[in-house]
Amino acid sequence: MLKVTPFHPRTSALAQGQAWRRWAGYTVLSAYALHHEPEYAAIRNSAALIDVSPLYKYVIRGPDAERLLNRVLPRELTKLKLHQVMYTPWCDGAGKVIDDGTVSRLGPDTFRLTSADPNLRWLSQNAVGMDVGIEDVSERTAALALQGPTSRAILNELCDGDVTQLRFFRLAVATIDSVPVTISRTGYTGDLGYEIWLDREQALTVWDAIMDAGRPFGMCPAGIHALDIARIEAGLLMIDIDYVSAHRALIEAQKSSPFELDLGWTVDLGKPSFVGRTALADEAARPPLWRLRGIAVDWDSLERLYAAVGLPPTLPSVAWRTSVPVLVEGGGVQVGYATSGCWSPLLKQYIALAHLEAAYSEPGTPLALEVTVEHRRRPAAARVVSLPFLDLERKRA
Amino acid sequence: MPGRTNSYDAIVIGGGHNGLVTAAYLARAGRRVLVLERREVLGGAAVSEEVFPGFTFSVFSYVVSLLRPEIIRELDLPAHGLQILPLESTLTPLPNGDYLAAWADPDLNRRELYRHSPKDAEAYDEFGRLMHHMAMAVKPILNMVPPDPTSLSPKELLSLAKLGKHFRDLGSERFSALFKLMTMSSADYLDEWFECEPLKATKSASGIIGTFLGPRSPGTAYVLLHHYMGEIDGAFRAWGFAKGGAGGISEAIASAARGFGAEIKTQADVEQVIVKRGRAAGVALADGTEVSAKLVVSSLDPHLTFLRLLEPGHLPEDLVEGVKRYRFRGSSGKVNLALSELPNFTCLPGRGPHLRGAISISPSVDYLERAYDDAKYGHYSRRPYMDIIIPSMIDPGMAPLGQHVMSIFVQYAPYDLNDGWNDQAREAFGETVIDTLADYAPNLKSSILHRQVLTPKDIEDMVGLTQGNIFQGELALQQLFFLRPLPQWAKYRTPVRGYYQCGSGTHPGGGVMGASGRLAALEILKDGSRWPK
Repeated sequence: MLKVTPFHPRTSALAQGQAWRRWAGYTVLSAYALHHEPEYAAIRNSAALIDVSPLYKYVIRGPDAERLLNRVLPRELTKLKLHQVMYTPWCDGAGKVIDDGTVSRLGPDTFRLTSADPNLRWLSQNAVGMDVGIEDVSERTAALALQGPTSRAILNELCDGDVTQLRFFRLAVATIDSVPVTISRTGYTGDLGYEIWLDREQALTVWDAIMDAGRPFGMCPAGIHALDIARIEAGLLMIDIDYVSAHRALIEAQKSSPFELDLGWTVDLGKPSFVGRTALADEAARPPLWRLRGIAVDWDSLERLYAAVGLPPTLPSVAWRTSVPVLVEGGGVQVGYATSGCWSPLLKQYIALAHLEAAYSEPGTPLALEVTVEHRRRPAAARVVSLPFLDLERKRA
Repeated sequence: MPGRTNSYDAIVIGGGHNGLVTAAYLARAGRRVLVLERREVLGGAAVSEEVFPGFTFSVFSYVVSLLRPEIIRELDLPAHGLQILPLESTLTPLPNGDYLAAWADPDLNRRELYRHSPKDAEAYDEFGRLMHHMAMAVKPILNMVPPDPTSLSPKELLSLAKLGKHFRDLGSERFSALFKLMTMSSADYLDEWFECEPLKATKSASGIIGTFLGPRSPGTAYVLLHHYMGEIDGAFRAWGFAKGGAGGISEAIASAARGFGAEIKTQADVEQVIVKRGRAAGVALADGTEVSAKLVVSSLDPHLTFLRLLEPGHLPEDLVEGVKRYRFRGSSGKVNLALSELPNFTCLPGRGPHLRGAISISPSVDYLERAYDDAKYGHYSRRPYMDIIIPSMIDPGMAPLGQHVMSIFVQYAPYDLNDGWNDQAREAFGETVIDTLADYAPNLKSSILHRQVLTPKDIEDMVGLTQGNIFQGELALQQLFFLRPLPQWAKYRTPVRGYYQCGSGTHPGGGVMGASGRLAALEILKDGSRWPK
């Protein structure tokens, strides 16, 4: 059997279509309702509660905790203040991305690192000779994402502490229905939102409290399908889909550097040493060969391709996660590949995240995305867009 | 067969899977081929026999992983009945009542490993990827006729240069990893990756199968690689069980060979290869019959191929010496059980998916090494390593409904037992095996209806494998590639013109792979212009 999350007794009771899927060895829901669109709408319009417990979580503690993290992460950890959170990728010695996640400073010498893949072995290998404890709290720690415009108001109803003042990428210690939790203002939707971290034993109490408090605010539980659309709009990467971990890649060409993933801003070459620094410094000195960009398909072009066979445009209702060729304008030579895409219900645009050869990555560059129209491959006109597609003020405000 | 003199292009001695593969390829190329098998059943060590009424056993070889996919495709074996069914898991029961299971599903497997060691759970995937690369590095060699590294002929140099380039292209990191694999013991190699004892033991066991070496003997790491080899051929879940047992494979190849026009005769015991004017001219059977052919191919092991089938005078002395030095040292036995009910493992009671996979008695590296210690000094292991499957769980046709057959591969059982093998020693060996397994599955003893115990001596007597070595000679580094079976004679030819070798004792050898048989056939066909008219 696959593992179930600490919220399973509640989530399974709400699974209208039994649309289960795998995530990091757990079974989670693609959608609670029979269709995910209301769940997506909740993320952007009211609030959605998403079970993100399958994330890997490590607590790193001890006199050398900061030293260890500063060694493995390309960002400057000494700048991370108490109760602050950072998004960061991390790289192997050749400067290729292994994984990405968030790091939070829970105490002076205590951090929580979240990741998409297991990283215990990697962290331990880098901690040789350091006075630091690395605890895998993945199973012990339940996690919920409360995302959407009304999420702040909901939390305000629930928490004793004052979360209304909680700034973007900060965390607070609070209680929900007397259960101790940490609340970080983070998420994977590009919207106003929070993530709530708690001991798995108390999971159901907290779920019930949030569900009750959220009801008047139009909150509903949301599955991975809704989350996927939101994160593509927000230009947020997904490991194994948008990039291959350097630990999993079978050939060099499958690996990416932070620069190639548009994450160059996370690489702090001012730091004297960290894993991958030499390679990244070399790479920073020359223009990258690949860039990660947004692609927006021209609707008229799409309509014409479908009209040619007598059909209206049809698009998949869920986000896709396959490699799709990106071609030069008009089709022909391939200059990149899109790795995930969807119809954005909010932007009313067909969008995708794409790896592009640097020469074709300037925003505004006309390109083509391969679409399959009635079994035939066709180039749909598209243009390069800088990420994110959707940059909401309320996310930071 | 009088009156058919010289009517065959080739005679293949031995109807094991390699002999049949060679015959099929020669027949496919339009040659008139005759296969002569001593026993009444085809397949050599890959046979299924109804040893007890209603209970069919893969008597010797019992799983398939390395049967070359190109052979399956080129001979269209599925059309001849070949069907490989998946073995889904490996269960290693432990003395403390726990177990380690390896499941086909990566999530389940990871979770199970995590229970024993969180770090190993992560290392496992990385190790798998490295092995994938190593197998990719070695794979071309499997399909290559070994070059002669001492020859200066342009063809040999070109072949060596290609091989050199292949290894240079690996890059230094992978080349070093390959070098380590070639030189280290499997236990040492796995120690670099893992901490969980049953994991290391179960993995290292695959490095010792069929050799007279222990998990801590250098050179055994390389054999680990063979287990990853099948997986990179697009043959996902490569470990499998042939429907109908190992005989199902042989029957399919035989059927394909017949389809191409080959003749196959059983109960035809070849006594000698007839050599006329330095050329193989046919064979003489034990019953006095002689059959002539333009060439003769032996699928038997090097000892039989050179020292028994040929008059010694036909061979250079150094070759005779070489064959005598070639190591067989059979180290394994087989126990086949007919069961009234399924074994009930204390660690995982009841019927479950674990009974459709392999069960490995390999709780720790020390356990395996101690098992080897016994064998080093002429005793069978007092607590042996075992690789067990229950074929009737995968193919219900193997046993009467509700009853089961169990195949137990046992190591170590040295060919050279102190005081020699006899009925008493065989039965005591069988008892040891059953006692060991009953520690983990207490209902075993009361459920045994029949048992067949095979020692290396029995294997030699029944199917002819010298010293009962299941690979026609140890799969040890000094007997691989251009050294298999002997330097200078690794290209399937022999000093006698028109006499060829195609058995597992030639490159690449080992397992129900068929690659030796195929490569031999292709070499023989290359010599076609030199065949007598």
